[in-house]
This record gives sequence, C-alpha cells and structure tokens, in this order.
Amino acid sequence: MNYVIIGNGPSAISAVRAIREVDLRSKLTIISDEPYLNYSRPLISYLLSKRIEKDKMPFCQENFYEENQVQLILNKRAKSLDVKEKNIILSHKERIPFDRLLIATGGAPIIPEFRGRDLFGIFTFTKLQDAEEIARYIRYNKVKEAVVVGGGLIGLKAAEAIIELKIKVTIVELADRILAATFDKNASSVIEVALEKIGGNLLTNNTAVEIKSKDKRVSEVILRDKKRIRAELVIVAIGVRPEIEVVKGTSIKTNKGILVNNFMQTNIKDIYAAGDCCEAKDSLLGINRPIPIWPVAASQGKVAGYNMAGVKREYSGSFTMNSIELCGIPTISVGQTYPQKKGYEVLEYFDKDKPIYKRIVLKNNRIVGAIFLGDIERAGIYTGLIKDRVDAGSFKEHLLKEDFGLIILPKEYRKHLVTGTGIEV
Amino acid sequence: MGCRLCEVYCLVQHSRTKNIIKAYKGEYPKPQPRLIVEEKGHISFALQCRHCEDAPCLEACITGAMYRDKNTAAILCEENKCVGCWMCIMVCPFGVIGRNREGKKVISKCDLCIGAETPVCVKNCPNEAIIHEERK
Amino acid sequence: MAKRSPPTEFIIERDDEKCIACQVCVRMCSNDVHSYDTETDAVFSDSAKCVGCHFCETICPTGAITIGRNPSEFKLNANWNAQVIKNIIKQAETGGVLLTGMGCDRPYPIYWDHIVLNASQVTNPSIDPLREPMELCTYIGRKPDKIEIQITNSKSQIPNYRLQTLIPPQLKLETPILFSAMSYGSISLNACRSLARAAAEIGTFYNTGEGGLHKELYRYSPNTIVQVASGRFGVHKEYLEAGAAIEIKIGQGAKPGIGGHLPGEKVSEEISSTRMIPQGTDALSPAPHHDIYSIEDLKQLIYALKEATRYKKPVGVKIAAVHNVAPIVSGIVRAGADFVAIDGIRGGTGAAPTVVRDSVGIPIELAIAVVDQRLREEGIRNQASIIAAGGLRNSADVIKAIALGADAVYIGTAALVAMGCSLCQSCYTGKCNWGIATQDPYLTKRLNPDIATQRLVNLLHAWSLEIKEMLGGMGINAIESLRGNREQLRGVGLSDIDLKLLGIKPAGEAW
Repeated sequence: MNYVIIGNGPSAISAVRAIREVDLRSKLTIISDEPYLNYSRPLISYLLSKRIEKDKMPFCQENFYEENQVQLILNKRAKSLDVKEKNIILSHKERIPFDRLLIATGGAPIIPEFRGRDLFGIFTFTKLQDAEEIARYIRYNKVKEAVVVGGGLIGLKAAEAIIELKIKVTIVELADRILAATFDKNASSVIEVALEKIGGNLLTNNTAVEIKSKDKRVSEVILRDKKRIRAELVIVAIGVRPEIEVVKGTSIKTNKGILVNNFMQTNIKDIYAAGDCCEAKDSLLGINRPIPIWPVAASQGKVAGYNMAGVKREYSGSFTMNSIELCGIPTISVGQTYPQKKGYEVLEYFDKDKPIYKRIVLKNNRIVGAIFLGDIERAGIYTGLIKDRVDAGSFKEHLLKEDFGLIILPKEYRKHLVTGTGIEV
Repeated sequence: MGCRLCEVYCLVQHSRTKNIIKAYKGEYPKPQPRLIVEEKGHISFALQCRHCEDAPCLEACITGAMYRDKNTAAILCEENKCVGCWMCIMVCPFGVIGRNREGKKVISKCDLCIGAETPVCVKNCPNEAIIHEERK
Repeated sequence: MAKRSPPTEFIIERDDEKCIACQVCVRMCSNDVHSYDTETDAVFSDSAKCVGCHFCETICPTGAITIGRNPSEFKLNANWNAQVIKNIIKQAETGGVLLTGMGCDRPYPIYWDHIVLNASQVTNPSIDPLREPMELCTYIGRKPDKIEIQITNSKSQIPNYRLQTLIPPQLKLETPILFSAMSYGSISLNACRSLARAAAEIGTFYNTGEGGLHKELYRYSPNTIVQVASGRFGVHKEYLEAGAAIEIKIGQGAKPGIGGHLPGEKVSEEISSTRMIPQGTDALSPAPHHDIYSIEDLKQLIYALKEATRYKKPVGVKIAAVHNVAPIVSGIVRAGADFVAIDGIRGGTGAAPTVVRDSVGIPIELAIAVVDQRLREEGIRNQASIIAAGGLRNSADVIKAIALGADAVYIGTAALVAMGCSLCQSCYTGKCNWGIATQDPYLTKRLNPDIATQRLVNLLHAWSLEIKEMLGGMGINAIESLRGNREQLRGVGLSDIDLKLLGIKPAGEAW
C-alpha cells in the first residue's frame, strides 16, 4: 500500500500516527509546500513577538519522520491531481503515484479586493514564512506604525505580537466589534478594553479600501469612512478559507472545502481529506462545514488515517472551539456562543473588574455553547457536556457556580465517565 | 472522606523541598497540588488526570508539549515546550488540567508522581479510597 | 451562677512548628473542635469540645496534635474526685440522666490480672504449635448426656462404628472467640459489615444485637447469630431463619435490669426500616421481655423459637452477670437453652446511664467460675455451652476464661478498638469520628470495611496464635481440654474467698 499525504500539519501527523499503529510496512509519504521540517501554525505570533525561539516551533520531535518511516518531501507544491491515474502532479510536472491519498492542505488567508494590494509591506499572517518576513521587514524598515485589517483571532494575535515589539497598532474591523464570529458582545467588550489598555487602537464598523505607498512601500491606509492612517506595515487577517486549489478541475466534490463523509472519505474512493481544508460533520449543528481549529484537525486526521489503513472508524463529529489568551486574559469558547435565533436559554456571569465572564447557552436544557473569560478553570467539562449532549435540566442553576464540578453531574454519567465503560464502581 | 490529605501530599510531592513543613511554610510561591477534591454534602472524591487511553489533550496540544511517557503510559507535559495556550484545558472532559499558579505560563496536572514508586495520593489516603490500577 | 462550665477533660496541644494549617483536623472533627482563621492563616482549637477520640491526632500529617489531660485540678480529695464533682454539676444543669458509652471504667479489681497460667517444664512436655497439630476448634450447643455407638463387624480387622445418638444442632467455631452483640444502630452498617465479613473469613460468628438484620448482611447468614431482645426490633420470620443460631437477650453486662437504648439522633431511615420503628424516635427496649415473667415463660419462648426454626438451630439466652447468676443459669439451662452467654460488669454499650453501667453487675471472672461449678455439681454442664463476655482484652483473658469454665468468649470492645475505637465513651452522641458508633453518612464513610475486616481478621488471627502458644506451653493440644481445667490456673494476690469462688489454688501451691 502506498500512502501519500499532502500537508504537514496536525491532520497529517495524526494520520501518520494512526496509519503506523496499524500498518508498519507500507510506504508513507508526506508532501509539504513549505521548507520546514515541521511547525505549529498557532505559534507564529509568539515567534514574531520573540516570545519563543524558532527551535520551539516544531510540534513533533525531529526524528518523528524517521521513526515512523515517512518519506518527507519538502518545498514541493502539489499543483493538481490525476484522479483516474492516481497521481499527484507537483509544480514542475513531477508526478507522485498513490494508492491512498489524504489531502490535508489546511487553510489559506482570504485577501480582499483593495487598491494597492501588491505593495511591499502588506502581509498575511498564516505561515511561519510570514512571521519571518514581517520580522525582517520591521527590522529593515524600522517600522513604527502598523495597521491590522481584521479583528478576528488571527488579526488580534498578530496585533498583540506587534504591540509587544513596541509598534503602534491600529486594528480595523468590519463588524461592530472584534471577534464577532467567536464571542458575544460582553466578551468582545472585555477584550476591546484590554486591547486599548495595552496600547492598541481599535476602529470598528470600518475596513480598508486603499493602501497608499511611498517609495514602493506602504505608507498610508485609507478606510471606508475616508479616514487616513499612517502605516509602514499592513497585516491582512480578515479570515481563512479551505485551501482546495489542488482539487480544482478534478471530480472531487467541494463546497467551500472538500466534502467528506463520516469516514473522512471524499466522493472518490481512496481519496480522503482532513483538517482545515475539508468539510466534515459538525455534531452540534448537524451539518458538514469547515471547522478550522487544531484539536478538530488532529482528530479528523486520526480518523482519516485509521480508515485509510483499513480500520473502519467513524468520525463522531466536532464543533467550533477556541482557546486563546489575548492581552493576558485567557479565553475559551466552544459551540454556539451567540446564536441569533429564538429558543435558546442563556446563563451569564459578568464581573467587569476582574475581569471574569462566563456564558452558557442552552437549547432544550442541553448546553450548546459556552464562553469563559478570565476564569477558564474546568472549562473542558462543559465541552464534554456539549459533546455528550447531556440533559442539564437537573443542575442548570449550578452551571455557573464556583464549585461546579463532576460532582454536580448525574451519578451514572459521572461514574462511567471517570472509570470508563464497563467498570463497576 | 473529605479530609483532603491527598491534596496535602500531592502538594508536598510537587514542591521543591518535598518536606511537608517546608513546603507549606517556607516555599514561595506556594506549591500547587495537581488533583481536585470535589465535595457535596457527604459525597466526596479526589479527581486526578485519568491518563486516558484516547487522550483529547494529547491531540489538542499545539506545541507537542503533551506526550505519553513510554514507561508508565502516563500523560505528561514538558513545561519547556508549553506556551500556555490552554487548548488542553478546553478539551479535557474531567477538567483536571489547570493553569500553573506558581508564576509560569504553563499547565499544571497530575503526572502520576514521576520518580515515586506509587502516586502519593494513593499511598497516603487514610481510607484507601484512591486506587491505582494498571489496565491493558 | 446559672451556668457553670466545669473544666473539661482534655487539652489540645498543637505544636506550632509542625502545624502547616492544612486544615485536615478542621474538616475531620465531628465535634467542631478545630477551626481555621483566614486572617492569621492558623488553626486554633476549642479544647472544651474535645471528647478525646484521637482521630485528629491520628490523621494529622505532621503529628502536630497531642491530646493532653487538662491540668486544671480540683483540690485533691479521695472521696470527691473531679469526675464526681463534674457529674453533679452536669446534672444540676440538665436535670437528666447521665449517659455514657462503652464499658465500666471504675477501678474494680480485674481478676484476670490476678490469675496466672501454668506451663510445662519437665514432665508433660510442651507442645510446639508451629510443628504439631493444635486444635482450637470448639462447638457451641447442647451436648447429649450420653452417646450410643453401634459397632458392626466387631470381629474384623476394621470394625465399623456408627453414631446412634442424634446430636442437637451445634455451631462450629474455628477459634473460641466470637464477636459480641452490637446492634446496627449503635454501630454503623460499615462496622456491621466488617464484623460479618471477618467472622466469615475466620470461621466464627458475629451477633446482630437488638438492631435487627440489615438486608445487605443476609448473605453472611451462615456466620450470624440473631438476637431476640425485649424490644423485638426487626424480629420477623426471615430474620429468625437467617441466623445460624438465635440468642434471647434477657440482659447485658453494661446495664443489667434495664433495656437497650438507641438515642433518636442515631435512628436514621435505614435504621428505622431495619428495626421497624419510626425514624428519629428513641429506640428504648423495655426492661423485661413483656412475655417473660418467669422461668416457665422463658422455657416457652425458647421452645417456641425452636419450633419456629424446626429444631435446626441452637437457641440460647444472654444474661448479665448479677448476684444470683449461678441459680439463674441453672434454671435457664433446664429451660432448654442450648447455650448461655453471660456478660460481666465490664461489658460495653452504645448508650447507658453511667450509674447503671458502673455500679450494676458483677465481674465475669467470678460469674463464669460459679456458674461452671454449679452446673457441674448439678450434672447438667453438658446441656448448654457457656460463652463469657464483658471486657476481655487479650488472648490471656480469653484463655483464662476458658480455663475457668467457658466454652468460648464474646469480644465487643476489643473488636471495636481493632476497627479504630479509642474508648472516648461518646458513642451515645452519634458523632463517632471513626465512623463506628454513628449513622451520619459523612462519618460512616471513614470506616472502610475492607480495611476494618482485615484488622479484625488480624486480631483474631493474632489471638488464636497466642492461645495456641499458651496451650502448647501447658502441654495441651486442644482447647476443649482446657475448658474448666482450673488446675491450670493459680491466683496471685487474691483473698481466700476470691480463690474459693474462682475455684483456683493460690500460686505456689502444687496439685
């Protein structure tokens, strides 16, 4: 069996581990379009702010590929697929054959239309290379002021990193508040206050329409409301979309991302997809959609790996979840944090001074979403309750209490959770 | 029985001096126990990391700091690699991973008392309420 | 002065260098003696509430607590000692009966400590229990007056012997020690479980006491003696059938002449359903069985129980050791009892009026001796087994009791101490920190039946080995050969009348 994986992120590595658990003999190849052995994308903001050194970027050991007998092809981009012949076409017409393929190409940043987008000094922020180039640019050009377009997770992390480098940053967000896709109004407001406290400048209900240059480099950003901001560096972070370039023109069905079933298979036999590039089951919403978050990508990769190696494993589905510390405030948000429709019950606890914010969203007495800011103790229990669809009717009023724990949960559920199924306690 | 001696001994085991009197009186910052004692009425129990076979925290770790020890099969965290992203806290269904309160931006959790013969909570529970079992 | 608090017995001494303010003592004391002050980050203790159970001292991880005697003294007075004065103060305040738990603690003479055993020296050599068979097995029940054996094939090399006589039902004991009657109610279910499991493991029996039998303990039926007491708590058909033997309780050593007492605080829902009484009410057993007003009535009840259980189980009677214990037991044996349990003045209890516990009854040593003597003189000793009870503390007491005439002994207090009890005598409050004499689920959790069972098994095992050693030392290899063998005992420092009553010679005198 000849396994090939396009991609070298968490999905790919999980898939390798799963395959090698079952099949130690077959050939296993990873094709990555980046030159690095391995690295964790979420860490690039820490690399930029110099909180960590480059040697901390890998998330698996150096000898991982050797130990797992993986042939690693770096710096080669998979341009397209020949589905019938089962070949991957690399950039310079080189072909790699496969028996079973996993597409784990991840996501790509969305670049909006605005004038001046090809100037020097405009960057996206998703790859290690981006962090290195930004750092170099900042040093070389002695950047003092910057603009970040996009107040989402990536934009804010980038802004935080640049503020730490003592550069004045203005964040421009299209919605009426930052993190509109992840948080509710209260949570967003806490981060907005914190951001301004550390020196960030926030402009909402706005976006960049044109970037002006001086000596071919960025010098000014013009906003929708005609405001002009001086900037020597612009980071565009308005969102990511699944990277599905490689399947363009093939018979592989896609929507926004590559469509997969509950066994991570595409519509083509022997071709699988996992991670940010695919649309897999969202167990909370009951539909398939991309969920671009690390733990989800890792678990999808694992399921894909097992199925590729002949072990039938069904993916139970996942849901949105994010853990991110912003301006020194830890935050965890899972599930539907801010549903707009009717029929949801919301429990809140808000202490503006500490700040601590807790929000639980329920539907039919089942938890469907939660936000924790400031105090994230034991947040995972709520994630588990969402996943297992536990009826919280009998202990709803305890959910936000300080002493909430497994002891509040129904005895039977708790006993089996703690000791594993089939063991009598 | 709600005495929380497990907490006491866990704290001592994870202190610098490993001496009960020095750990409580002399060490600053105060060492952190790695288990949680849950109590409600007369029901109580100690909750430590389950060192799950299918550990969600292992999958969720973005730096590779979480790993499984080859000898004990325990899930451990390499503090040098941990950046305090708290993804593991988000996915642990038992809520047994906490943030380090001793000044480092890393996680804090049960490590099955590496280096000791038996975990100290098991050894010192006066009522033999905590059982350490090896399961295949 | 309207209210006066006399100095309390104990003073908590806390070593500040060792105390780490972990607050384990604060959490664990059911009498709320210890508290934690967040301002000073220290634990302080209210010694007045301490009952001296030593739980905090045992559990403290640094050994920072010592329970000391309160040095606050009254003027020395041989007649009016501190305890007497405090009791009067308490009664002046409450107008109530002073209650206490466990056995009599007065300094009456302990005859066990004045009796010594023999050992072989030159003749009749010692037997080594590790190398030669030593029989501790004995049987409780009525033994026939004579036995008939049919011998067939008498002329052949191997004649065939067959026992003709029907032997009445017996209880087989692997060791001559049983667990005394301690009711479910006075002690926790975990404690009952531990006694039952230990009895099953060793091959002896435990007694339900007057609390009925909890449904969970029915599985230990083969090792259970069910008690029918004056309150008839929990007595129904299945109960009688569950026992391997039935014991009619006329009295107990701690409170002869009055009935059992379970304070309402200890009557929980489970107790209520097991005993068949309303929850929260005091369970007071009447003093007499209201259907036993004469020895003939007792005979009627004994035979009623035997009929009800189809003569398959031994039916016995338990009485307290009182002045006329010898003729009383004689009457009981003639009334048909298969065994008689005699409980001396040192017998324990969960709750009894202090004055009754301390002043009513006689020591078991004398009781056994006179009863055994009387039954032998009347030629009816074989008709019932005698079980001695009441403050037996170690294997030496056990062996002396057997030598004085008992078939076996009951241990109560000793078993509780093995499980953790430190004899603080506060059983009647229901706040036993060791989880033994309480029904509070928070406290009963602390008695882990796995651990307690092991400790009881260890105790009986240790005592059995010691008994074997002492038997071997006397050159005897079966416990039944020691029964009533007063020749193996000598008295030390006893008066002539004591020696006469005990039926033993003074030390120094040969055969």
